This record gives sequence, C-alpha cells and structure tokens, in this order.
Amino acid sequence: MSSNAAVAEHHHVGPGEPPHIHHMDTPTAYGAAKLGMWLFLATEVLLFAVMFCSFAIMRYYHLAEFHDASHHLNLPLGALNTVILLFSSYTAAVAVTKAQKGDNKGVIRNFGISVLCGLAFLVIKSIEYTGKAHHGMFPVVWNEHFYEYKNFLGLYYCMTGLHALHVIIGMVIMVIYGILPARQNRYSGRYYTPVELSALYWHLVDLIWIYLFPLLYLVG
Amino acid sequence: MAAHASSSAAGHEELNYLNWKTGIWSWLSSTDHKRIFFLYLSSIMVFFILGGIAALIMRTELATAGPTIPSIVKDSHTYNVFFTMHGVFMIFLFVVPGIPATIGNFLIPLMIGAKDVAFPRLNLFSYYLYVIGALIGGVAMLNPVDTGWTFYAPYSTTTSSNVSLMVFAAFVLGFSSILTGLNFIVTIHQLRAPGLTWMRLPVFIWASYATAIIQTVATPVVGMTLLLIIAERAFGAGIFDPTKGGDPVLMEHLFWFYSHPVVYIMVLPAFGVVGEILPVFSRKPLFGYKMVVISSMAIAAVGFIVWAHHMFVAGISDFSAKFFSVVTFLVAIPTAIKVFNWVSTMYKGSISFKTPMLYAMGFVFLFMVAGTTGMYLAMLGVDVYYHDTYFVVAHFHYTIQGGAVIGLMAALHMWFPKMSGKMYNETVSKTAFAMLFIGFNLTFIPQFILGMEGMPRRYYDYPVQYQTLHTISTIGAYLNGFGYTFALVNLLWTAKFGKVKAPRNPYNSTGLEWQTASPPIHENFETIPVVTEDPYNYGVHKHA
Repeated sequence: MSSNAAVAEHHHVGPGEPPHIHHMDTPTAYGAAKLGMWLFLATEVLLFAVMFCSFAIMRYYHLAEFHDASHHLNLPLGALNTVILLFSSYTAAVAVTKAQKGDNKGVIRNFGISVLCGLAFLVIKSIEYTGKAHHGMFPVVWNEHFYEYKNFLGLYYCMTGLHALHVIIGMVIMVIYGILPARQNRYSGRYYTPVELSALYWHLVDLIWIYLFPLLYLVG
Repeated sequence: MAAHASSSAAGHEELNYLNWKTGIWSWLSSTDHKRIFFLYLSSIMVFFILGGIAALIMRTELATAGPTIPSIVKDSHTYNVFFTMHGVFMIFLFVVPGIPATIGNFLIPLMIGAKDVAFPRLNLFSYYLYVIGALIGGVAMLNPVDTGWTFYAPYSTTTSSNVSLMVFAAFVLGFSSILTGLNFIVTIHQLRAPGLTWMRLPVFIWASYATAIIQTVATPVVGMTLLLIIAERAFGAGIFDPTKGGDPVLMEHLFWFYSHPVVYIMVLPAFGVVGEILPVFSRKPLFGYKMVVISSMAIAAVGFIVWAHHMFVAGISDFSAKFFSVVTFLVAIPTAIKVFNWVSTMYKGSISFKTPMLYAMGFVFLFMVAGTTGMYLAMLGVDVYYHDTYFVVAHFHYTIQGGAVIGLMAALHMWFPKMSGKMYNETVSKTAFAMLFIGFNLTFIPQFILGMEGMPRRYYDYPVQYQTLHTISTIGAYLNGFGYTFALVNLLWTAKFGKVKAPRNPYNSTGLEWQTASPPIHENFETIPVVTEDPYNYGVHKHA
C-alpha cells in the first residue's frame, strides 16, 4: 500500500525510468516508500503480537490441554508448509536482485515461483483445516468431545487464519506490483522499489509463520 | 499538474487550493492534504454534534432525580445506549482523528515546507477508511450497542446487541488512524525543507511526530483485540470469555495497552497547538524548546507502560498495581515540564488576548486541573474509592474536552485565516469562548464533587441528595453546548460570507505556514522555503 506513491503515474515514463512524483525527487521517494513499508510491517508484527501474547497466557492457564491439543495438529504437513514458505522467501529475495539488474524476466520467474509456493501453502493449509473439520475440531462443527481443546484451537484458527489472509494479500501484491509491471520491462537498476517492497512484505509473511510453526506444532 | 497555479491566475481572483479546481468530485477525489483536512473536519463535526446530542440527552435525564425525560430515556438500557453512543462517537469518530487527521493534515506539510504529505493517495485512502468505519458504526447503532466504548468482556462477548459490527467499525477506523500516523512519520522524516533540521522543527511537528508513533504502534494492538472479540462472539474462541476458559482481564490489558496511549494521541497534538500559539501572542521565544520536545517524546514513551492504572480494581496483582501506580506518577514529570514552559513563555511577554490565545490559556488552566486530578487517581488507595465514580468522569473530560477539544478549537481559530483566507469577528468568537469555557467548568466541577460524594458513573438515576449538583452540571452542559455551537457557526459563517480578507501573516508569526498566501496555493509554496534559523525567534530580531 505504501508503495502506491512510488508507482504513481508510471504510465508517463519510459521502461526502467523511475516514476515522476510531483512533490518529491526520486531518492526521497525511494526512502519514503521504504520507510513507509518498514513502519507498516511493524504494525503487522504488533497485530500478531496480540495473539502471541494471548497464546502465552492461555497456555499458562491450560498447559495440559494445549499440550494434548497440539498433538492433534498434522506435524508433517506443517513442516512441509514451513519448507515451502522458506523456499518462496528465497525466490522473492532473488527477484529483488534480478530487478536491480534490470532482468524483468527474472522477476517474473522468481516472483512466479513465490506465488505458486503461496498457493501450495494455502492448499496444504486447507487440507489441514478440512481434516480438523472432519474430526469435529473446527468452528461450527465443534464436537463437544474436544471441548477442552477449544482454547488452543480457537487461537490456532485465529492465528493461522489471519496468517493465511496475509499469504493471499502477499500473493496479490507480488502479482500486481512485481509480475505485471515486469511484463512491461518496468524495472531496472534505476527503479525497482515496488519489487523490493513486495518482497519485504512476503518475508514478513514468512517470518510470522516461522514463529507460528514451532509455537503451534512443536511446543503446543 | 498544478502548472504554477498562481502565475496562471486570470483577473483579480487569485487561484488557491480552494478554488483551483471546482465541483464536489474535485473535493472528494482530491489528494491535496489541505482538502483532505476539510473532508475530515466536516466528517468529524457530524459526530461531534451527534455525540454532543447524546451527552445532552444524558444530562437532561440526570437533571432531576427519578425519570426526567421518560419518553426518550425509557430505562437503564436506553441510558446505556446513549453513553455508549456518546463514547464511541466522541472517541473513535471525533477526538482520535480530531487534531491529528484534521489539523495535522493541514499543518504538517505547510509547517515543514513540503508540497504535500509523503503518500497523498494513501492519505485519501485513510479518509475513506474513516468514512467506511463511520458508516459501519452507524449501521451497528441500528441495534444499539450498550457496552460502553470500552467493550469489556464478558458482557461484550455475550450481549445480543450489534457488538461485532461496532468493534469491526472501530477496527477499520483504527486502520485509518494507523495509515495516517505512518504517513506523517514518513513525511516528517523525508520532506522537511532545506535547512529545517530536527531541532528547528516547530513543536506542533514534534507533537504530531510523537502522536504518529503512538498511532502506528498502539493501534494494531487494539485492532487485533477487537477482532478477537468478534472471533469470540462468532465461534467461541475461548480467549476472553471466562465460561469457555478465557480471561476477561486479558482483554482489559490488551484494550488499555492501546486505549491509554490513545489519550496521548488525543492530547499531545493539542500540546503542540498551544506551544505554537503562546509564543506568537506573547512575542517571546518558546521557553525551553528542547525540553518541550523531549517531554513530548517522553510522554509518548512512558504512556506505553502505564495502561493498567485503569485496572486497579480489576483483580490485577498487588505488585503490578504498585508498578503501574509509580510509572503513572512519572507521566506527571514531562507534563509538568510542559506547563512550566508554557507559563514561562508568557512570563513578561507582550501578551495580546486574541481568541486563539484565550483558548490556549484556557487549555493550560484546564489541563492543569486534569493533570492534578489524574495524580489522585494514580494513587492506589484513593483510586479504589474514586474508581467508577463521577470523579473519573470529570477528570477524563478535563483532559479530553479541556485538553484535546479546546486544543482543536484553539487550532481552528489560530489557523482559520490560513485555511479560509478570511478573518473572523473577534468579539463573537471571544463571547463563544467565554460561554463554552464557563459552561465546561460548570458541568464538570460539580461532577468532581459528586464523585467525591460517591455518585457512581453510568447510572441513569440517583438519590435525591445529589440533585443540586446534577442540576448545576446539566445547566453547565447546555451552556457548554451553546458555546461550541456559537463558536463553530461563527467560523462556518465567516468562511462562507466573511468579507475581511486575511493577509499572509496576520499575527506576524515566524512559522513557515504563514510565509505563503492565505489560503495557500495547491502546492503550498511558490518556491520551497529555505530555513536559516530556529523557530519562535520573537523579539530576537526585528520580527517583533
């Protein structure tokens, strides 16, 4: 979102040229967009911080239940998703280097892989959710047999659900600000801000999962 | 885009940001920070009026013991709805965007010599998020929420009223606030005019900077908390609801982690406004500029670690109660530094009692009352007695109305010539100030006494022994309301029909915003100014 200003009015300029922004020069615009994105990521961290904090406190109250409920999560699928997201973060980082070298095809290729990884992550996540629903461990189809797991699972769905939403947003950002402009050879060593910011956002999505996975699947 | 609006002006009518494009759509789609200021101002005033009406309905009901207006306030539930409406509208829709998003939008680029904020389109997006949040909140009031603006669990997770929709509205409004704060931080970092170093920034910019940090850092926390309330209501996530193994005190902690700093979002910019006004009308440099700056940042920082002083009787441990009591006392230090700086600025100054100056001086007085009564409430033993009484209500209104709203009024009068290009009538605006100032004190001084005598808040009825003070308070509330109406109608009328054109710099101020035309052109300055000296050099050179 913060990158809006940086990509404003890009139809006025030729391929690889930074956009003309009426109220500041190009280096300032780059600095502004980058600072804006980092601040936005800070707010995202704080958004999740509330749930990490709630998790810590709920776990303290219901230690045994959290422990048991955690074993009902599908560890292999969770681990697979971790690997997928880590790899997608790597290709996102590569995409930035490609953009800086003016290799627009490289941006498309690497962001493309990241987006596909995001898709794979969501498919696996929905397999996990469906499995849970099957066993009556899902909102609306709660089986009262698992009543004591409710606190753990409630947080599990809030945390992974919001994270999945961020995965979707990240994929959309990479397509709109990375892949589509790159198809028009938009990026060069002089202008690659949106690619860098999209990758930053994707790294955050990855980073949050890096904390969610051990917390939910391993520690419990 | 602007193509040198001023040079292309044909005839005697100068082009400025108000008239360089016309039509309603040119306003609604404008990314000009000055026009967005007007969008915000007109929107928040709607909720100021609605929230004010709710307050007057409550005060009317409380004018006498027993039912006073049973046709409107039927029972305790209706009364709950009115104070919830008052709280939600005033806090989320009026005061939080009050100074930061309105005055801040107008002044920050002008004061730092920039053409606009860093992300103009994001700025407009924030405004529309505000509108969407306001609309959702309005829809939620169809099945009126009766939780109070704090949405405490477990009532908020169990009541059948539209809590989910209302907290979602607050979440959207919070997002708007976050993006505004983010925008301002980047603007102040990146777009300062040449020569405008950090220690040359006007104190309003420093105050807005501190505010923006709080907006960006604290708001996500309450946003998520509100979403968790929805999750709790929608599928019983078991986080806040004690019957499902959740912890309602956790919800209070998370809520106040934002909602205490949010009072600094409301009042810090008002500090900045007062810091701008006092030197101009005292013709003296601001006393202790560095300390004013440091104290703003200190208030923002300390404000983050005092939240549980709202929860002394909520069942927190003795240790944390003591901790939060002590750190709350710490807030008094930077706040007192500010008051001393303001008073010292006026000391032996050449004071002229123009309307903005009256508001600023009124602010200093009211805020001092607010601060000292806040110290009573920070004391553990005393707070157990005062908690949930009218004493708290009065203290809160001294900070927020006496601080933030008076600060907003001060700013509207101070920069009115710049915003509209017109001069208002001093006599009318001074009369309005006198009305609302006297009315305000008449409303809330009796409430301090009522609180000390044990009158609990949020009750729609009371024993007859409290009646005299309640009646005085109600009379004060009406005077207060008339005062605001009078002041705002005066400004509105002047903006529309006023004949007296404002010069560039009617108060002979050193601020950058006064160096451009009144009202400014679309891109603010004909040429970007270069700053060569500290702010507020009144009486130092030949300015004065």
